[in-house]
Amino acid sequence: MSDHVHIENLSKVFDTRKGRFVALRDVNLSVREGEFVSIIGHSGCGKSTLLNIIAGLNEATSGILLCGGREIAGPGPDRAVVFQNHSLLPWMSCFENVYLAVERVFGKEERKTDLKRRTHAALDIVGLAHAAHKLPREISGGMKQRVGIARALSMQPKVLLLDEPLGALDALTRTHLQDELLRIVAASGCTTIMVTHDVDEAVLLSDRVVMMTHGPGATIGAVVHVDLPRPRLRLGLANDRDYHARRTALLEFLYERQGVAGGEAA
Amino acid sequence: MGVAKIDKAWKQAVAREHPVKRPLEDGGRVSRKAMEMDPPKPRSRLARIVMAALRFGIPPLLGFALLVLVWMLMAEHSGVPGPVKTWESALKVFAHPFYDNGPNDQGIGWNVLRSLSRIAIGFGMATAAGIPLGFLIGRFAFLSRMCKPIISLLRPVSPLAWLPIGLYVFKAAQPAAIWVIFISSIWPMIINTATGVTRVPQDYLNVARVLKLSEWKVFTKILFPAVLPYMMTGMRLSMGIAWLVIVAAEMLTGGVGIGFWIWDEWNNLNIAHIIIAIFVVGIVGFLLDEVLLMAAKRFDYDGSGS
Ligand SMILES: Nc1ncnc2c1ncn2[C@@H]1O[C@H](COP(=O)(O)OP(=O)(O)OP(=O)(O)O)[C@@H](O)[C@H]1O
Ligand SMILES: [Mg+2]
Repeated sequence: MSDHVHIENLSKVFDTRKGRFVALRDVNLSVREGEFVSIIGHSGCGKSTLLNIIAGLNEATSGILLCGGREIAGPGPDRAVVFQNHSLLPWMSCFENVYLAVERVFGKEERKTDLKRRTHAALDIVGLAHAAHKLPREISGGMKQRVGIARALSMQPKVLLLDEPLGALDALTRTHLQDELLRIVAASGCTTIMVTHDVDEAVLLSDRVVMMTHGPGATIGAVVHVDLPRPRLRLGLANDRDYHARRTALLEFLYERQGVAGGEAA
Repeated sequence: MGVAKIDKAWKQAVAREHPVKRPLEDGGRVSRKAMEMDPPKPRSRLARIVMAALRFGIPPLLGFALLVLVWMLMAEHSGVPGPVKTWESALKVFAHPFYDNGPNDQGIGWNVLRSLSRIAIGFGMATAAGIPLGFLIGRFAFLSRMCKPIISLLRPVSPLAWLPIGLYVFKAAQPAAIWVIFISSIWPMIINTATGVTRVPQDYLNVARVLKLSEWKVFTKILFPAVLPYMMTGMRLSMGIAWLVIVAAEMLTGGVGIGFWIWDEWNNLNIAHIIIAIFVVGIVGFLLDEVLLMAAKRFDYDGSGS
């Protein structure tokens, strides 16, 4: 399979009031078509920054950035983003939030009834058909995040970018949505890059886990291949030795080599 | 360091950074159960209504009683008509609010309506000009830098200082009064709209960028609804200024209007009517603000009131 997303010698420098702040340096990453890659690292190391650069929302200071063989020049609907804080528009119902995306991507070729059907289908996938008419403030945090995922999926993107999509949820909702995500991504087959801080989540969902070092000047410290067979089932993995070996590798990197610093970095 | 220990430390660190939020559905269920266990009894509800009346009804009444008392005391020593005399006079005034004995002698209803129509025109024109201008200033930094000094310079100018200019240019009282309303009430709408545009959350704009929405869609679906609450605040401030200014402007320009009415009653030395007018001005201003406040509440997306 071919490289779908290709990053070479990427660096990102922010101009701040206190001078230049090097957030990322020497980042090299290639993601194959259909691959699921997780980015994990301590808070503030630059995960969101990296994801936003791939999305085209942020500009890299230097380096090569390709998506599907073409240079990434800005954001576009071929790279759908699920934002860290869901970013639903509060004046639109769940349906309208998703419809806005559907209309933009398919509005030229398809009739209104088809667009509506697509919207309903996307909400159905995340199990929110019953909440379509509700406003974002009327639904729970988990439901909001699911609408955000539905909005991204409805665009049938080539690349799905997820920034801690389940970060703000309670443990129960999170496990449930992880299973959903596992199913949805397998069905859609799109290339997926997900930022997370959850070791289990990373191992469960990914083909590869990319671990980032501390900022400033963060870069990719190590990569763990998760070649567990799919479909993966949470319960089956609980006692799986391979699974635990990957998990341990991640934890060791994050703690022994990078130190327990999550709190102070935030 | 053992893996189990590491694991625990990691989970703790994560929990510290990302405090777990309880899902809403859960909270809803809990409170519903609590209500089932303790249904509100009719008597306790009555008691609660009485308590609410005591807490929210009594203080304002007490305040008004105090006002009337001070008014009575002052009336006794200054010759200004007291509450009783004013009340009797008010009954006469409001018995025929819409009489019409020619241009200089009309009922208080006509006067208030004429003032309101002036405001409607002046305020309407200020809205029509101020809000688009605010959007442009908020959207383009260059325009903002260009206009900010001018706004800072002109905004603090006393509204009545604009009146002679209006009189000179329009050669008539009516458009001059409207001009004063326009020029003094336009600033809060420009400033608040522009502020609102610069405060549109980056997240919403990122959604627009990922979707590559057209400029028109960005405006109608994101910018406009996001700025609406700021616009409403600007309009409320402007309306307050407009209503303050109209009384003063009409005193100077004449014609029919509540401000002119006050001046006319002053020339007649009818102080009771002036006091009545003060109450009318206060009540109408309050109602105008309430109407805009109600409109503003409809666009409070995150709050519970809708
Ligand atoms: N616009 C900006 N200007 C200056 N510095 C920035 C900017 N955005 C991010 N940074 C800095 O870049 C670093 C990386 O930020 P980023 O948001 O990517 O972290 P993160 O890994 O996503 O953290 P978290 O897990 O808490 O979301 C941080 O030190 C942050 O302070
Ligand atoms: Mg982040």
